[in-house]
This record gives sequence, structure tokens and C-alpha cells, in this order.
Amino acid sequence: MTKYIIRRLLQTIPVLLGVSILVFSLMFLIPGDPAQVMAGEGASAQTVENLREKLGLNDPAYVQYGRYLSSALQGDLGNSIRSGRPVMEEIQTRFWVTLEVAIYSTILAVFIGLIAGIISAVRHYTLTDVSIMIIALFGLSMPNFWLGLLLIQWFALGNLPFDIPFPEFLKMRPSGWGDTWRQMVLPVITLGTGGAAIIARMTRSSMLEVIGQDYIRTARAKGVSERVVIYRHALKNALIPVVTIIGLEFGGFLGGAVLTETIFAINGMGRLTIDAIRQRDFPVVQGTVLVISLLFVVVNLLVDISYKFLNKRIDLN
Amino acid sequence: MNEMENILVVNNLQTTFKTDAGDIRAVDGVSFTVPKGKTIGIVGESGSGKSITSLTILRLLASNGRVNGGEVLFKGKDLLKLPEKAMREIRGNQISMIFQEPMTSLNPVYTVGQQIGETIQIHKKVGKKEAIQQSIEMLKLVGIPSPEKRVKQYPHELSGGMRQRVMIAMALACDPEILIADEPTTALDVTIQAQILELIKDLQNRLGMSVIMITHDLGVVAETCDYVAVMYAGQVVEYSDVRSLFKNPKHPYTLGLLNSLPRHDIEQEKLIPIKGMVPSPHEMPVGCRFAPRCPVATELCHNKMPQLLNTNDSNAEQIRCWMFSDEWDGDSEVTLYGEKRTIKG
Repeated sequence: MTKYIIRRLLQTIPVLLGVSILVFSLMFLIPGDPAQVMAGEGASAQTVENLREKLGLNDPAYVQYGRYLSSALQGDLGNSIRSGRPVMEEIQTRFWVTLEVAIYSTILAVFIGLIAGIISAVRHYTLTDVSIMIIALFGLSMPNFWLGLLLIQWFALGNLPFDIPFPEFLKMRPSGWGDTWRQMVLPVITLGTGGAAIIARMTRSSMLEVIGQDYIRTARAKGVSERVVIYRHALKNALIPVVTIIGLEFGGFLGGAVLTETIFAINGMGRLTIDAIRQRDFPVVQGTVLVISLLFVVVNLLVDISYKFLNKRIDLN
Repeated sequence: MNEMENILVVNNLQTTFKTDAGDIRAVDGVSFTVPKGKTIGIVGESGSGKSITSLTILRLLASNGRVNGGEVLFKGKDLLKLPEKAMREIRGNQISMIFQEPMTSLNPVYTVGQQIGETIQIHKKVGKKEAIQQSIEMLKLVGIPSPEKRVKQYPHELSGGMRQRVMIAMALACDPEILIADEPTTALDVTIQAQILELIKDLQNRLGMSVIMITHDLGVVAETCDYVAVMYAGQVVEYSDVRSLFKNPKHPYTLGLLNSLPRHDIEQEKLIPIKGMVPSPHEMPVGCRFAPRCPVATELCHNKMPQLLNTNDSNAEQIRCWMFSDEWDGDSEVTLYGEKRTIKG
């Protein structure tokens, strides 16, 4: 097991190297000059040129990359062009917020998704199943930003459709994170429902496949109750593909909640990234993408390790 | 009833499956009896309904399957009328079952001990520790070496023969009165097949249970069974004790089946196959289901379905063929697969 983890960690090195090269070269392809941005619109050509020199932007690309990589390895991702603060510091403060949003959203997604998927599978081809799958299809197709705006309209501004009177206790706060639970409900629902839909569909198809297996018939022939058949014999076998999806969802929440964080004005990684892109704050963009990639790799590693506990046939070594 | 006690009586069982192409009558009027302590073989080709019959007895049909009629009397109680909870107490406890595919019939994520122990825990109401202890005893009983080690292993660490032994251990853990063995050796190597059959027979003698042996292999029937029900296209066509079946097969299908087997006691130039194919479940013949393939079928056979009737006074021998009824409209002497026969009717 330890050997496997070490090997997997070593395997992440080329992945991260690739990401860093990609992120770094992307900066050269995007129009706009960071020195110009820093110096401001009205700065003279001389000022901009001095700044370029100071930032090392005139050096050849590979020198810049080498410099970037060596400091990155020492935990230094450079300084933000905008705020002047170390990128690492910027990321750290935002990371915890995003992690919290991601954890709650994942819990919600797993909770709803698993239950809906299991019910759907157990009652397959009934009205219940069809209804759940139609709702899941909606959840899957609905863009996050639209759902987010809708939820703000309904539950933060109190404009429910069809002139339904708005019950005060449902009033949520439309922005921010962490001061009160009323701020956290809407973003978590926005992110969690989409994930729940994917998990529900995956759970259903995986459960249906497992329920058809011979060992499920064996369990029934032993005199085991239907509940135990489903939860003890079927679910554990059906979870493997579901765990993969859960991992991907969680990784996605960590890195890709850009729109949701923007809509709800949450100061997380997603917003940091989007603001950095808008302001051409290249070191921050590079830093966030790199960190998000690293998180994704770690989450996937955790998923792979969890397989071992779900399926004894998997030999990690 | 006979002097012998029948522990299970299946009467006119009918099972249908709903499919997109319409309803399929997989089992249509199956009757047989299982005497206490004896082995009855249910033999037939694939698709003849023998596995469905056994699943119907334990009410383990897939969700699109339905029992349309008949009764399954276990010690006088009709299993088809029991509530699900009472049925669960019978499954794995009084009637248990082993399956054709030992490779896929055990749950891959639980140890052998957990799986045998589960049956024991449910039915004997004992604790986990005691259940594992009894699992070890069961593994010993079915001849698995170093059971203390095996009990902690997962199915994938065992060979096919071992897994079938584990299945048997699981099935017998609660001293069932009937063991249903659905093609228990079909998926195994020939050498292992003999071992497993020997084991089932040996355990039957020691524990005194009845066995329903479902197989397509007449060799297995000859070796293990006391009585045989021959099935064709969802029906029992002949039921008799194993000796008279092999010595004096009555139904043309049984005769054809035996003739298509190699024998070492007589000289055969070549094996004679039964002409034609099993009818599709969607287009069952109106009359005798074997009529389209039967060399002596008459108009009566094609138009009217024969019933399963006793051939003599006892119900120890039953046959579903017009030749053995008074209504028979064919010649009084026929040649079946090269054998001359005088018809009773």
C-alpha cells in the first residue's frame, strides 16, 4: 500500500510538469502585456519597458520557465502583479473557503444522488424511476449560473414564481460565505444538485448491473431480506464507478466552481482565478491552475486507494 | 400418497415471463414429487424450463416472472401462498440451493466466512463469532483443507471447485431438508465434477436430506438420482424411477435423448440425433410439444395436448404421450429410433 502511494505520487510529477509548461506557455499566447497592465493605461513606453525588464519578461521563454519552476518547487509561486502579495498567500486564504464549499456540496450531492439512484434502481422502469431520472436529467442539463440566479431570485429576493407568498424562514442570503448558514445554503444547492444528478444516474446504472449478478440471486436464496440484499450485497459492489464520479465531482468543485463563486460573491479559488484572468495577473493564474491540478491529482489518488477497500480483487501493487 | 413420505409435491406449476415480444410460458404444467431422503433429477435441454422450475419453487424469479398456477407443497404447506417473510425463513434454511456458476455465485467483496456465516446468523440466530466458528466446521465438512485459513479468504482466491464446495457449505449450513442443485457441475472440470457429485451424495447420506438435481447430463442422472423427471419445452413428459427410465424409456423424447448418447454396452455405428429443434417459446405447438419432432406423431398428437398420466396404478410412473392412452389413433406397433414397440392402447 505505502509502496503504491509513493509510486502514484511519483507519477504525478510528469503530470504537474506538463501542466506547468502548458500554463506557462499559455501566457505567451494570450494577448495583452502584464507590464502594461501593471503600469496603467497612461504610462509611458519607457516606464513599461523598465517594468518588463524588472519582471524578467524580456528574457527568453525557457529562462523564464526555469526561474518559475525552481521557485515553484520551493513553494514560491511569485507575487501577484495586482496586490504585490505572494501568490501562495493569496491562494491559501481562498483555498479554505473553496474547500468548505466543495465538501458541503459533495456531501449534498452524494446524499441525494445515492438515495435517488438506489431507489431508481430498485424500482426500475416504474413511475418512480422515470420521475427521478427526468429530474436528474434536468439537474444535469441546468447550467449552474442559471440555477444560481434563479435561487437568488426565489429565496434571497423572495420573488417566487406564480405569486406564491414567500415564507420568511426560507429567506437566504445571496452572497458571501461562512458568516451565517443562510449564506451557505444557496451556493451548496447550486453546486450540489448538478453533482447529485450525475451520481444518481451512475448509481442507478451500476446498481442495475449488480442486481442482475449471480451472487445477488445467491443472497436471496440464502433467505436474506431484500433490504440487506440491496444495501449489503449490491451497494458495496455497485459503488466502485460511483466513487470515481464522486471524486471527479469533488475535484470539479475544488477547481471549477468559478461561476458559482462569482454569482454568490464567494471569495474562493474560482473567483481568484477569474479575477486574475480579468486583470491579467499572470502569476496568480499560473499559481491557481497549478494548485487546482495538484488537488485533482490528489483526489484521484484517494479514489484509487478507496477502490482497494471496496473491491478485494484489486491489487494495487 | 405412497408408503413413502413425499417432502415436496409440485403440482401443475405454471410460470410465465413478460417480455417485449409477449408473454412466455417458461414452465407449463410441471408436476413431480420429491420423496424424503431421495434424489430426484430434473433433466432436459437448455430452455426446457428446468432452472425456472427450481427458481419458482423458492420464489426467486426475476421481476418479470410470475407464477400463474399450480402449487408447491412443502410438508403440506403451499410455498406459493406463503408471505414473503415466511418464505425467507425457508430459503437457505429448510430448502437451499446451489447454482451452476460457482465463479460468479459468491459475492466478491465478502470473505468466505462472512458469506457462510451470514446464512447461519440469519437462520440460527447466533452471534458473529459463533457463526464463523460454524462456518469453519462447514468448510471442514465439505472437504476444504485448512478451513481456518480459507474462512478469511475472498472468493477470487479460490478455484472453481473450491468455490462450489463453499456454495455447498453455505447451502448446507442450516441442515436443509431439500437441496436444489442447479447444474452444480456443468461449469467445472470433469475430474472436479465427479468429486462434487460424490460430495453431494456423501453429504446426503450423512444428513438425510432430499436433493433435486437439475441437469442436462443423463450421466449425472444415472449416477446420482433415484427418480427422474424429463422436461421438454416447459413440461414434464416423463417421470419415473431412474432404473426403469434407463431400461425402459417410454416417451419418444426420452428415447431419443438416450439414443443420442454414446453407450458402451452395445455396439453403435453412429449416434442418432433427434431431428428438428426445440420449439420457440413464442410459437408453442397446440398439441403435444414434441409432436413436430416425433417420428410417430399422429393427427391427434398435433392437435391436442396430452396430459401427464400415470402409466400404472401408482403414481410412481407418469407419462405425457398419447401412445399410452386409450385415445391413441396410430398403429398398434410402431418403430421408434430403430426399436419396435407395441402400443398399449
